[in-house]
Amino acid sequence: MTAVETRPSLDDLRRMSVQARKLIVQAIYHAGAGHLGGPLSAADILVALYFDQMNVDPTNPDWPERDRFILSKGHSSIALYTVLAMRGYFPVEELNTFDAAHSRLQGHPDMHALPGLEMSTGSLGQGLSPGLGMALGAKVRGYPFRTWVMLGDGEIQEGQIWEAVFTAARYRLDNVTAILDYNGLPQFGWPQAGGFTRETPIDDPGAKFRAFGWHVIECDGHDQTSIREAFDAARVFTDQPTCVVAHTVKGQGVSFMEGDFNWHAKVPSDEQLAEALAELDAQLAAIADVEAA
Amino acid sequence: MTSSGATGTMRLQRVEPLPLAGAEQQALREVWGQTLVELAADYPELVVLDGDLANSTRADIFAAAVPDRFFEMGIAEQNMVGVAAGMATLGFAPWLSTFAAFMANRATDQVRIVVAQPHLNVKMCGGYTGILTGKTGKTHQSVEDIAIFRAMPGVVTLAPADGVELRSAMRAMMETPGPMYLRVTRDPSPVIFPDNYTFQIGPGVLLRDGGEVGLIGTGVQTVRVLEAADMLAGERIAASVLHLPTLKPIDADAIVTLAERTGRIVTAEDHSIIGGLGSAVAEVLGERRPTPMRRIGLRDVYGESAPNDYLLEAYGISAGHVAAAAREMIQES
Repeated sequence: MTAVETRPSLDDLRRMSVQARKLIVQAIYHAGAGHLGGPLSAADILVALYFDQMNVDPTNPDWPERDRFILSKGHSSIALYTVLAMRGYFPVEELNTFDAAHSRLQGHPDMHALPGLEMSTGSLGQGLSPGLGMALGAKVRGYPFRTWVMLGDGEIQEGQIWEAVFTAARYRLDNVTAILDYNGLPQFGWPQAGGFTRETPIDDPGAKFRAFGWHVIECDGHDQTSIREAFDAARVFTDQPTCVVAHTVKGQGVSFMEGDFNWHAKVPSDEQLAEALAELDAQLAAIADVEAA
Repeated sequence: MTSSGATGTMRLQRVEPLPLAGAEQQALREVWGQTLVELAADYPELVVLDGDLANSTRADIFAAAVPDRFFEMGIAEQNMVGVAAGMATLGFAPWLSTFAAFMANRATDQVRIVVAQPHLNVKMCGGYTGILTGKTGKTHQSVEDIAIFRAMPGVVTLAPADGVELRSAMRAMMETPGPMYLRVTRDPSPVIFPDNYTFQIGPGVLLRDGGEVGLIGTGVQTVRVLEAADMLAGERIAASVLHLPTLKPIDADAIVTLAERTGRIVTAEDHSIIGGLGSAVAEVLGERRPTPMRRIGLRDVYGESAPNDYLLEAYGISAGHVAAAAREMIQES
């Protein structure tokens, strides 16, 4: 069963993903602080989760049987806040309070500050373990909900991730899905001869999850068709936890940010904001053209 | 057995302790495991998560009695804390079973992010606290755990003195939601509280009432403080003994009252004097009533593997050390 009785069209999901990117870029510009690269790589996946996959009710955010989502890569908080606002958890205008004093939109997610946040995160590598606790608790209580945890590929360098990966397989938690935002770019990188490499922090993460006893699905994290296929398959797979390795591009959607580690946490100038919004508007127009054709 | 008030300005919870001579001996870890089983019957939300030490911490008593609410998490304390946090969001009350050194030191950041900051109802228990840990040596002794948990905003920090108080404290922990750290010890120690004693989170307990020096203990070290008070009584030195089973929130009024009454304070703990009971008392007195004091505890050192009697003497935390500090203070003034 999915959350929504009638699923949105793939073009609806694509359009919402671009709209989310516009709001993300504007919020970071307005806050004068925050991260951009990671939120932009995660946008399509978050839209797919909240509009196409998860069984949630924004008017009843504490409903016991709701699906849970944990953003383990908590520094991408603005992407989650944006999609929660679009889904109706709070007014979209509130995105402009991001990082401000007294804002419910803290720099990293505070589970008690804002409806829809299931766990506080920010210190990397910690989000999967609470996800296991929710999944284990659901099994004990007989709740049918699914727990989704988004991991960054940088944070899976943390040892706790692999403690959790081992334990999830041990308990056969098929009601938890890890989503790896595999954008391949860490904040700084590893030194090597001739300078630093910004290459992916961990090679072939799918093989590592598989070796620990997980079911692994690879998908294109910017293609709503591919994301839907992967998540639909993850939801029905039994007896093992599933990891969806979503191949993504850091800064996706804004050409001059894509694949550039400098946009990990950088605020756009007035000109860069205008250029980014123009690119994103063009993407919206292209989706409309395809629909009209 | 509990009565309010005493002489003069003393208005403290007063409990007459059982005599130390011939006292029953109980290992707190055994009581801990048995009490979890008792609580499980009254609190369906109670679950126990273990870091592969259940037969040391005695969580195995619970595992045998209530197997469907016991979850082995393996040697992975950081993950264990996170799983507990996730379960707590569903209304479970997870109790964690590991050694204090690993609870406090290995998983500190996990406690900070997913337990302390969101103030979740996770009961963190450190078995094998202090340096009397069965000849394990410094890696498995815990001399910083009070300092670490006491520094975390909102984390209640408890150190019961004996099996009776531990059992009552565990029920109080279930009755009060929120993150808590509980100190448990390994080896048998005397029962000093009568059966009808009821623990409350917060208040100190006055065990002896004497006007010349105020001795303050926490955890099982309070038993050695009582021994010290008996030694001093033999020298016609009247000592008060204040037991502080709650390190946070600390009973500041009781400490100030004791300082007003005696003018001299000695603290005693099975922990470093930095950040533990001695620090907590000094913080209170420094702000509210500066009073000469001595701190008995580990003096900025780690321990070693050795028999208990040797450790108590070598690290200066025996009853004799407490009595000597009190004697010196009286002679100096």
